[in-house]
Amino acid sequence: MAFIKTIRGIGHRVINAVWRIGVAARFFFLTIIYSGNSFRRFNLIIKELFSSGVMSLIIIIVAGLFVGMVLGLQGYETLKRYGSESALGVMVALGLVRELGPVMAALLFASRAGSAMTAEIGLMKATEQISAMEMMAVNPIARIVAPRFWAGVISMPLLAALFSAVGIFGGYLVGVVQIGVDEGSFWSQMQAAVDFREDVLNGVIKSLVFGTVVTLIALFEGFDAPPTAEGVSGATTRTVVTSSLAILMLDFVLTAIMFRGA
Amino acid sequence: MPPSALVEIRDLNFTYDKRPVLQGINMTFPRGKLVAIMGLSGCGKTTLLRHVGGVLKPNKGYVKMDGQVMHELDQAGLYAMRRKMGMLFQFGALFTDMSVYDNVAFQMREHTNLPEDIIHSLVVMKLNAVGLRGAQNMMPSELSGGMARRVALARTVALDPMLIMYDEPFAGLDPISLTVIGDLIRRLNDALGATSIIVTHDIQESLKIVDYVYFMASGVIVAEGTPDELRANQTGFVRQFMHGEMDGPVPFHYPGADYRQDLNLRA
Ligand SMILES: Nc1ncnc2c1ncn2[C@@H]1O[C@H](COP(=O)(O)OP(=O)(O)OP(=O)(O)O)[C@@H](O)[C@H]1O
Ligand SMILES: [Mg+2]
Repeated sequence: MAFIKTIRGIGHRVINAVWRIGVAARFFFLTIIYSGNSFRRFNLIIKELFSSGVMSLIIIIVAGLFVGMVLGLQGYETLKRYGSESALGVMVALGLVRELGPVMAALLFASRAGSAMTAEIGLMKATEQISAMEMMAVNPIARIVAPRFWAGVISMPLLAALFSAVGIFGGYLVGVVQIGVDEGSFWSQMQAAVDFREDVLNGVIKSLVFGTVVTLIALFEGFDAPPTAEGVSGATTRTVVTSSLAILMLDFVLTAIMFRGA
Repeated sequence: MPPSALVEIRDLNFTYDKRPVLQGINMTFPRGKLVAIMGLSGCGKTTLLRHVGGVLKPNKGYVKMDGQVMHELDQAGLYAMRRKMGMLFQFGALFTDMSVYDNVAFQMREHTNLPEDIIHSLVVMKLNAVGLRGAQNMMPSELSGGMARRVALARTVALDPMLIMYDEPFAGLDPISLTVIGDLIRRLNDALGATSIIVTHDIQESLKIVDYVYFMASGVIVAEGTPDELRANQTGFVRQFMHGEMDGPVPFHYPGADYRQDLNLRA
């Protein structure tokens, strides 16, 4: 009996998970369909760009600076063994533009802006604001979800670029200013080695994908949250956990596709 | 049934997770009238309003508004219908990320192309009607419960709907606001030529303003009539409701297991 119960429990969970994925896919589809209104009234998106993008600036800048400085230190220690300290700039820049910029910015965005989006929408649902909007014949997906979605998709590459730029500056501070790597070779080798299409564009594509996924998870969790205090807090946690895992897994997949054999 | 009815509910049945909430409800809301639905907490009043708004779909029976069956409409038809309705939610449901002014202006901005200066005049007029013109720049979190409800009221009638539904408009109001709001609901109804459904526990206040009353208990209608008829008919349910008596035909307790069994007592 206990055995059957376990099996049944597992089956139940699998069915639920598949069901949720289906609901999420439908949600994504509806968000895209109802996006027209957001672009006609672009100020709706601008307002959300401010609350998710601009509010994440500080954390992105601070984190970027420190990550870049650590890269400078570690990179110097490693490169010194092979006598190629002058390649420090290349290492820092490639590491940031290809990987750390998009990934770290997305992780920070998920925990700063994503969780806030989930909590906000979950609370709107719990306090019947979403029902009220429906009763006013205003589609909540068009009015609440779509502007936030596009704000996330737009701000993610910008934040990732900022992260990389600040990070490179951090690497410069440690490598050149503090340790004394030759400034000319730091910048010139970086300029020569970083390819626009191979490296920068691929980084931008990554962050676009991350932005889409993180924002979608955050919005879906909020919209799907049970309308109670525990429901909203559980959804907020799930947003951070699910989107962090999704970012890291997708990063592997994207990297494998983009840089395989290159 | 009179041809002038705006909303008709016929044999409405609804079940939440196998538990019947509404059982064979028949109601008629004639145009221009203000009708009250009263009943104990949990008897299904809010659920009934959700059917009128087309949020819930009945298991059996229908709600017909303006000649159309609500649960048969597609999304576009439903939204078109809802633009003719206003609903005051039991807990206000103000948009917490917008000021009082923006809350009231919300539907005007979403559904009309009115220029901002006309919207401004309309919003100020609506807020003035509920006595909160001075609060237009406050955020919902800064309002008291009663003030929030008055703002919600202003927002509900922002686009002059033809059907206005009020879920507990009197809860949490001081005696002065209570009379003012009661009066306002009546005047709004008559001035807009609207039809109003008002769900409330407040018998004394609502008998003063409404044209007709339905009493509900556990999902069925147990009494109905005009305020005068109800004042004259002081028996059974009506008497229990009007005087708030504990004992009477309506049980106070939500159905459950035997009390002694729940307390783990042995007979
Ligand atoms: N989402 C839901 N899921 C399951 N049951 C529900 C749900 N909402 C309401 N109910 C049940 O339906 C019944 C009627 O609820 P409803 O909210 O319509 O009551 P009400 O008459 O508005 O009460 P009150 O005067 O307290 O607001 C209650 O017994 C409640 O337990
Ligand atoms: Mg209710």
